[in-house]
Amino acid sequence: MSTTEIDRQWTTRLRRRVAGKLPPEKLLPDTQPTYVASWIYVFGVTTMAALGVVIVSGCLLALRGPQWWHTSSVGHFVNSLHLWSVEIFFFAMVIHLWGKYFMAAWRGGRALTWMTGVFTFLVSIATAFTGYVSQSNFDSQWISTQAKDGINSTGAGAFWNVLNTGQMLMWHIVLLPLAAVVLTVFHVLLVRIKGVVPPFEKDGAEVAQ
Amino acid sequence: MKSKAFRPDVDAPEWKGGYSPYDIIKEGIIAVVIVSILTVLLAIAFGSPDDPSITVKAWSTNDPMDFAATALSELNNTSGTAQYGAPYNKASTGQQLGPLTLAKWVGARIPINTVNDFVINPLKSLPGQPALSSDLSQWSSASTSTRANWVNNYTHAANKMKIVSGQLVVNTTSAGPVPLMMSDLLQMARTGALDQALVTQNGFYTTDYTLPLLFLADGTYMANLAQKQHLTGDQWGMMNETGNYPGQAWLWLYTFWYQVSPMNSSGNGDILVWGIMMVLSAGLLLMPFIPGLRSIPRKTRVYRLIWREHYRDVE
Repeated sequence: MSTTEIDRQWTTRLRRRVAGKLPPEKLLPDTQPTYVASWIYVFGVTTMAALGVVIVSGCLLALRGPQWWHTSSVGHFVNSLHLWSVEIFFFAMVIHLWGKYFMAAWRGGRALTWMTGVFTFLVSIATAFTGYVSQSNFDSQWISTQAKDGINSTGAGAFWNVLNTGQMLMWHIVLLPLAAVVLTVFHVLLVRIKGVVPPFEKDGAEVAQ
Repeated sequence: MKSKAFRPDVDAPEWKGGYSPYDIIKEGIIAVVIVSILTVLLAIAFGSPDDPSITVKAWSTNDPMDFAATALSELNNTSGTAQYGAPYNKASTGQQLGPLTLAKWVGARIPINTVNDFVINPLKSLPGQPALSSDLSQWSSASTSTRANWVNNYTHAANKMKIVSGQLVVNTTSAGPVPLMMSDLLQMARTGALDQALVTQNGFYTTDYTLPLLFLADGTYMANLAQKQHLTGDQWGMMNETGNYPGQAWLWLYTFWYQVSPMNSSGNGDILVWGIMMVLSAGLLLMPFIPGLRSIPRKTRVYRLIWREHYRDVE
């Protein structure tokens, strides 16, 4: 096989492209710019850590099926872990989002990083909502019957029926978490590729580059 | 070559300053440990709510008059579900966003006939009821106008509906099989058989609770319980859950719009709120490309607080 032929392979091209965009020192950096020195930066990694706890506690709930937590004190405790990790997840995510807004973190070719972050936030809201309507208790009865009117009014309710508990549960434990995780990974890789946005020039002054 | 103008809200200056040590793996592991400990502490301290689901059996036992009135509204097509429009039926246009009738355009893709789905079909599932079987046959063989007359006469007489010794009593002689059907439906509900009949109409295995949830929502029993738990729309209920728990606090803005005019009174309130939230979400998503909005961070100078050490060093 000639060198030219190897160079043309899709695998070779992909590997070179990935290695060029995201060399190991960018993927797993051991230094960071000195301006990355604020508590606000903690909330990005906190969001990801909470996402991990959400997923682990959700997997534990899945082990014994959707009714387990209603009848077992252990199951109820695992549900409590799931609930509070979700609350921490959103708390950290919202602060992270506002922090990045006030940094104008889309600057310097980082618009896609911003957009994947916002999209992850919106997908996370849908994920949490499907969790609330598939709890199979009074909360899920009330929330689903109220939410149906909003979703039906858009026409989406004909396909995404919040009163269909099975459909909501499948979206909650498979489709939406998968989307949230894929988006999060993509978001983090973009952060690693582009780096953390630098501060504004002094007083936001416009300077020639 | 002419240099491209620097746009402070779009471009970022190249960092030419220093770097400090950063252990990303250590940071991640510490974050996981701290979040895990915090989660466990919160779970131990506060637990989580789990108010049991309500049943049609409980509803018909605790508030039989509300159940009977709701069942009648399903039979005479005046219930919320019967008049809903898409996706359940074509009884109304549904909510509109200006000229846009989005739900109607999609159509009744989850067809529900409240007469058959909530009354007739469940009654047909009852075994060993000769009188009821005879009345159901009479109902099935009657013309549409005859059925309408029976139901209208019963509805008129139902103003004086009462429960006597657990039996539904409506004094009318011109309602054909309707009095026995309604009375038997109440009895069926009180045994719990209606709960099952509503979820098993499409087979043994089911995870679809559309019918019983719509039936419950058409009555006032569930809404009264929700009001006591501060869950209704005018109580910011969209983001609440039972008990003193934070609920879906991230829905505060969505819930907010339901508290203000015209959304809090309009028949199109839901689609108006959804329209507003779609626009706001799109604005947040596309923030980097919206002149004016993308300048707010620079002009508010909150970044001076975030990067205060950096600015202190350079100044």
